[in-house]
Amino acid sequence: GVWRRAWQCGAGGPAPSRRGQRAAASSAGGGAVPVGKSGLAPWVPVVGLEIHAQISSNSKLFSGSQVQFAAPPNSLVSFFDASLPGTLPVLNRRCVEAAVMTGLALNCSINKKSLFDRKHYFYADLPAGYQITQQRVPIAVNGSLSYSLCIDNKMSQMVTKTVRIKQIQLEQDSGKSLHDDTRSQTLIDLNRAGVGLMEVVMEPDMCCGEEAAAAVRELQLILQTLGSSQAVMAEGQLRVDANVSVHHPGEPYGVRTEVKNINSIRFLAKAVDYEIQRQIEELENGGTILNETRAFDSKLGCTVPMRDKEGKQDYRFMPEPNLPPLILYDAKSLPANMNHQQVVNIDWIQERLPDLPSVKRAKLVERYGILPEHSFALLNEDGLTEFFENVVKQTQMKPKKVIGWILNVLLSYLKQHSLTVKESPVSSFMMADLLNLLEKKEISSTAAKQVLAELWKGEGKTPLEIVKEKKLELIQDQKELEQICQAVIDGQENE
Amino acid sequence: QVSAALKEGRVTPTELCQRCLALIKSTRFLNAYITVAEETALKQAEESERRYKTGQPLGILDGIPIAVKDNFNTAGIETTCASNMLKGYISPYNATVVQKLLDQGAVLLGKTNLDEFAMGSGSTDGIFGPVRNPWSYSRQYKEKSVPKSHSEDEESNWVITGGSSGGSAAAVSSFTCFAALGSDTGGSTRNPAAHCGVVGLKPTYGLISRHGLIPLVNSMDVPGILTRCVDDAAVVLGSLAGHDPKDSTTIQDNFKPFELPSLPDVSKLSIGIPKEYHAPGLSSEILALWSKAADLFKNAGAKVIEVSLPHTRYSIVCYHVLCTAEVASNMARFDGLEYGHRSDVNKSTESMYAATRREGFNDVVRGRILSGNYFLLKQNYENYFIKAQKVRRLIANDFLKVFGSGVDILLTPTTLSDAVPYREFIKEDNRTRSAQDDILTQAANMAGLPAINVPTALSERGLPIGLQFIGRSFQEKQLLTVAKWFEKQVKFPMIQLEEVERHNHNVFQHQKSASFS
Repeated sequence: GVWRRAWQCGAGGPAPSRRGQRAAASSAGGGAVPVGKSGLAPWVPVVGLEIHAQISSNSKLFSGSQVQFAAPPNSLVSFFDASLPGTLPVLNRRCVEAAVMTGLALNCSINKKSLFDRKHYFYADLPAGYQITQQRVPIAVNGSLSYSLCIDNKMSQMVTKTVRIKQIQLEQDSGKSLHDDTRSQTLIDLNRAGVGLMEVVMEPDMCCGEEAAAAVRELQLILQTLGSSQAVMAEGQLRVDANVSVHHPGEPYGVRTEVKNINSIRFLAKAVDYEIQRQIEELENGGTILNETRAFDSKLGCTVPMRDKEGKQDYRFMPEPNLPPLILYDAKSLPANMNHQQVVNIDWIQERLPDLPSVKRAKLVERYGILPEHSFALLNEDGLTEFFENVVKQTQMKPKKVIGWILNVLLSYLKQHSLTVKESPVSSFMMADLLNLLEKKEISSTAAKQVLAELWKGEGKTPLEIVKEKKLELIQDQKELEQICQAVIDGQENE
Repeated sequence: QVSAALKEGRVTPTELCQRCLALIKSTRFLNAYITVAEETALKQAEESERRYKTGQPLGILDGIPIAVKDNFNTAGIETTCASNMLKGYISPYNATVVQKLLDQGAVLLGKTNLDEFAMGSGSTDGIFGPVRNPWSYSRQYKEKSVPKSHSEDEESNWVITGGSSGGSAAAVSSFTCFAALGSDTGGSTRNPAAHCGVVGLKPTYGLISRHGLIPLVNSMDVPGILTRCVDDAAVVLGSLAGHDPKDSTTIQDNFKPFELPSLPDVSKLSIGIPKEYHAPGLSSEILALWSKAADLFKNAGAKVIEVSLPHTRYSIVCYHVLCTAEVASNMARFDGLEYGHRSDVNKSTESMYAATRREGFNDVVRGRILSGNYFLLKQNYENYFIKAQKVRRLIANDFLKVFGSGVDILLTPTTLSDAVPYREFIKEDNRTRSAQDDILTQAANMAGLPAINVPTALSERGLPIGLQFIGRSFQEKQLLTVAKWFEKQVKFPMIQLEEVERHNHNVFQHQKSASFS
């Protein structure tokens, strides 16, 4: 962006409560408190997030039609999805399990009884004229998410932060509308209508784009580890709206805006930071902040007001009469004679939760003696951990050394060519081979890099073959070395 | 009895079907049917015939002609809800209850007329016009009616069927079918049953699937059963009741179809007479009949006691809030986008929606939508919707208390009077009429209880009067047993209709009410 960031995120704890408690807590951490442009009273930015994660399931939340990305338009629409009169919702068990898993992973209390509601508004991609959601009593509440940031962009120092999770609710996704301005028409694709979503609400405990991005990244990893959502933002499986406001320390929270249309984690950080800056500038110039919805324009790097949706909407919430309350059980409350296939047992799910990212990282650090920031980098790239562990298994080189090759060399190659680990032309086997040669001192580190460059071409040669071909072997023979040195010196003298 | 006749080969399903279709044609002036599915019905009849010939009928209902209210989805057959919004709408699927009847071999003759989207108590406010009560043309009525002026013909004297399932009630009453499906949200099956002299059963909420029934009030709607005798209602109930995975509000328990005892005994029962049902406007005739009925039970040895359901008088107001709120919600899907009527106005999506809904819905529907949205507004929700739900709980508790104190069945009138002439009925608007006419039937929907209208006697004007029994949740067997006993006692007369007599057949002769079981 063209603007200068006039503030910095403090390294302190969560932002003060809404009751206007003094902001002393946030500066107690010793970090820099945001300073206004003209050196006036400092600003405290407040960022909350509403995240919609598409549930990874075979069928939709309330109907049996399939869930699939990029299918031909309107080919995955059941009678219920199209809101044909007389159709009724039937709850998908898998979606409930996904939400419970996610709630448990985020340290939430799972509500043993939760309710469904109708949220009414008219829009072409909402066939029934209402969305079925959980407004009164959602499935999970009061959780937390821990995430880590690097301070000052140095990989060496990481700090852990926590954001409170207000709630997780199950709700229907809407269809998609494509506006065709040339023909003055809107095309509606209902494939996505009715797909299950988990809305995860993060309290406004964050204070800048970096924190928001890190929190979302961690959530994404958790969801992918659980398998409850594939959480790929590019495919619309993870959508983030940011709520942003600024205020002076000790004063009540400012008016907040909602920022939508954020299509990647990188853009999330940009959008949030831009909006904070915009609000600070606006207020310092004597203006006011409107409680509005703004869209992030990724090309311009700024937020713009969205088309006003008929002012403040009254969604006329009403209980969904066709769905009885959702009852979940745990080991204690499960009736003896109930078929366990018919119910969702929270304890059963808890027992089967996989290792969450934070646990995986800790294990990596402990097992291989690598640094915490290394473990972050490993988990951050899909398949990289597996690659690393495979290499370590097959080589004598110490993991502490291997990690450098993986993170600094291999990863940068992948990034340069925009490849995923799965698409790497260099397999873990070949990598291990190469590192063994290095470890046995048969080649130098420089030579190893050259070999890697060759391997990258993917011509199928082994590291040893390339070494022999290019004569990259380290010369061990003393006499040979002396001869070469002598030749060089002689050559010098002749000039 | 006709089922036995089919089995014995005295009549074939195709003959039966053809006779019914012919009768439908000659009673077209009743306007009971919106769509007659002649071709498919004959095909179904033929298939039934084949089954009978090989001695493998699917059950009692095999080959029996039935009619279905036009707010049930029927695959391949137009389903209109008597509204412009769905005119020409061909359902792609069968409602569960329709499918169940077809699976039993029933022959679907057609879709019956109703108030638009089932909103009304007269079956007068649909786009296809009002339904005429067959009794308007009965000898019994004509004999009793005194022409007001010399030039007046019987045309203007015809009476309404009641509603909103008037078409179904008229169809059964005029012998064009042996059973019909209606729906009951505030009395829409029992009310027309009473006016047309047929049995109208409202089952317990959650017993029969609503999948495919276009909803009015999801938390109160039930499919209703209209037949000419109580035994028939039991047979139809047996084929329809039970859990449907497609409807999450149906109970999971296994339902066992039952047969009613041929000689029911009521001496061990306790019959409750709720005093609040002596409502203002109740005709003296009906009051007297109600009293006589109570005496019948007393003389048979049953315990008959007066009980109180103190919150009855709040049920109409409570119903208005909850009903309109759900209506506003349920009608939100009608925007012309995916199906149904779509306006030509296409300046913008919003204007298309607005025009479509204005053109597609009648005043009654639009009025309820506006009211409902008002009650659901954030600032009103607590004061109206939540309050109404609380009152609903109180009304339901009234019944629980009474049934918990040892009363088995409640006996009440079904309507305030016999059927009024159409020209009288339309003097008041739909909302006023609904509020008046639902008073005796509405509370059972609030509480989700089963209730049944049993035709009792003819009024001074020669028109049917029925009485209502309300039972405990899921105790349909007991309810129908009492109803059957009562039916045997009162011996309600058969309608004397020219058209029916013309098409008369051995099957109908010597039978009080030409049942099929």
